[in-house]
Amino acid sequence: MSVRTQQRPKVSSDEPDVVKVGRTIAAGARLRPIAMSLLAIAIVIVVWELYKVVGPEDGGEYFGMRLLPRADDVSMPHIWSIFERYWQPDVDVAGGSTVAVAVLQGMAFSLGVAGLGWLIGVVVGLGLAILMQRFRTAESGLLPYVVLSQTVPLVALAPLVVGWGGQLKFFGRPWEPWMSVAMISAYLAFFPVAVGVLRGLQSPAATQVELMRAYAASWWKTLVRLRLPASVPYLLPSLRLAAAAAIIGAIVAEISTGTKGGIGRLIIDYAQAATGDPPKPYTAILGAAVLGLVASALVGFIELALRRYRPVEARG
Amino acid sequence: MKASITKRLVVGAAVGGLALTLAACGGSSSSAPAPAGSDTGSAAPADLKPVKLQLQWFTQGQFAGYFAAVDQGFYKDEGLDVEILEGGVDIVPQTVLAQGNADYAITWVPKALASREQGAGITDVAQMLQRSGTLQVSFKDKNLTDAASLKGHTVGNWGFGNEYEIFAGLTKANLDPAKDVNLVGQQFDMVGLLKGDIDAAEAMTYNEYAQVLEAVNPKTGELYQPEDFNVISWEDEGVGMLQDSIWANTDKLENDTDYQDTTVKFIKGSIKGWAYCATNVEKCRDMVVAKGSKLGASHQLWQVNEMNKLIWPAPNGVGVIDEAAWNRTVDLAMNTKNLEGATVLTQKPEGLAYTNDYVNKALEELRAEGIDVTGENYQPITVTLKKGGA
Repeated sequence: MSVRTQQRPKVSSDEPDVVKVGRTIAAGARLRPIAMSLLAIAIVIVVWELYKVVGPEDGGEYFGMRLLPRADDVSMPHIWSIFERYWQPDVDVAGGSTVAVAVLQGMAFSLGVAGLGWLIGVVVGLGLAILMQRFRTAESGLLPYVVLSQTVPLVALAPLVVGWGGQLKFFGRPWEPWMSVAMISAYLAFFPVAVGVLRGLQSPAATQVELMRAYAASWWKTLVRLRLPASVPYLLPSLRLAAAAAIIGAIVAEISTGTKGGIGRLIIDYAQAATGDPPKPYTAILGAAVLGLVASALVGFIELALRRYRPVEARG
Repeated sequence: MKASITKRLVVGAAVGGLALTLAACGGSSSSAPAPAGSDTGSAAPADLKPVKLQLQWFTQGQFAGYFAAVDQGFYKDEGLDVEILEGGVDIVPQTVLAQGNADYAITWVPKALASREQGAGITDVAQMLQRSGTLQVSFKDKNLTDAASLKGHTVGNWGFGNEYEIFAGLTKANLDPAKDVNLVGQQFDMVGLLKGDIDAAEAMTYNEYAQVLEAVNPKTGELYQPEDFNVISWEDEGVGMLQDSIWANTDKLENDTDYQDTTVKFIKGSIKGWAYCATNVEKCRDMVVAKGSKLGASHQLWQVNEMNKLIWPAPNGVGVIDEAAWNRTVDLAMNTKNLEGATVLTQKPEGLAYTNDYVNKALEELRAEGIDVTGENYQPITVTLKKGGA
């Protein structure tokens, strides 16, 4: 981090030594989060198995409330039995796949739908932020609704979206359930972008804005040359938040609307087998967790691409 | 020069990441839209009438008859192209029907009547299940054999309108559900019963009861056996309420002759589907699995078989709404109070709540075709459940 900020001002497109540094940073930045997420997973596994060793088999009940979860194999199956389950059949019929394949397919489907939702959310969020920055009235008029939009419970919203969707045609094609899921996902994703980027667009110091004014720069020029670059440090965390929100939105919407194909639906499907096959639900839950990491990693690539805007402008 | 290459690489990677996301998206858009009724061909032929059926839950053996009717072309023979819409946690089939997003819906009578009271214009046109499949399951050593014996015990229920048979049963046994038993909310699974948190757990014959029999008994190392449990059937206790039935749009039934015609055809195809499943249990299971149900194979076979038991035999013909059973359901819905003191219905259903006109017409045609619609000689098969329903 410090290396980067020191090297930064010198960056110009023809300096090979800086390139080398840049490359190492790029490689490090790419490997670090992967190593960290692997470590995080390892910690969870260790804590899980540790609790199974020391935790009470029948849970801990204190003051009439169950405060400690049961540590037996039905409530908390061993990590290895969960992983074993991945290689066993999903539904035991001819031509059936393994759980691993089913979970991966579910993850790919949800990632696709959430990705579309994220993209729509980011575009809408950016548009709203620019609109609110440009017109003070828009900000005071829209911002409360932007905040309000996130307090509507998803479970109330999902059936409504499906209901409206059922009456729509989309470029001559019927509205598909997964489109409703993408809409709900976008609905959650736009919020951090709108709020974060608005913050970023407003972040340039008064002196900088006045300088642009002194140059007689148009609003558009000021936006492109000053405000948008200045908003990047605010945009990046917003994109990450939006990715997480999009994934959660997709999973919850799948469960809520019963849309087939995704990991959310698979969680509910497998949960019904919890009584006799305890590891099965955990395979899907684990898949959903990994999906969040994948989404976060994908956003990491965008951060790499926007790296050059990061330190200079943030320092103001 | 080099710098611009690295830059391009990084940007390329970012774009690649995005493209991957979009590609996954594209993949989903080409695979997801395959509707449940796609067996009838990629595009509906011009002479088939498109019909949408809303289920009350995910694709599973509970709805095998409708999937069989699609798969075997029974709807097609009637000139219908039926698309089956799955339910979800927050999907209320009768609302979907009332909003016009489906032509027919499968739902339980008490819930549908409650929606009617809220203004949903829907009518029961065929009663597919002759009897209720709700049970209260407990371990043998608790000795809970009838409603009266539940006194002082922890009784599980699902809430959301699924608890009224329990309340009616307790009330009938002169127990006060609020004081004489300890009512607890129940999850999707039956872990609560097996762990002893719940003495008597609510279970459907075709689903949760099987889940218990798919679990390993830690004492024996084998699966639990039916002998390990006592089962109270709310149907046998005399408080069974009518369950899975086909609901139609009241307004269209009264004003649209074309829809009336379609209704007869739809019921006809559905009954044919269930008649097929009465003898082809395994094939019907395979059709449901092929439609993407993730429940285990033996569990699913059990489910189709148990559904058959709730449908057959049907002395008056499948689908006919028995007035006595209807009145009992309405009566229980009006007079049974839940913990909040609320009843399902506040008054008798008004208007066209149910009609046998269409199902009778359908049965007449089916009898003429030589289809067995009463199932007098119906014999269930024996299903061996495997661990976890696999």
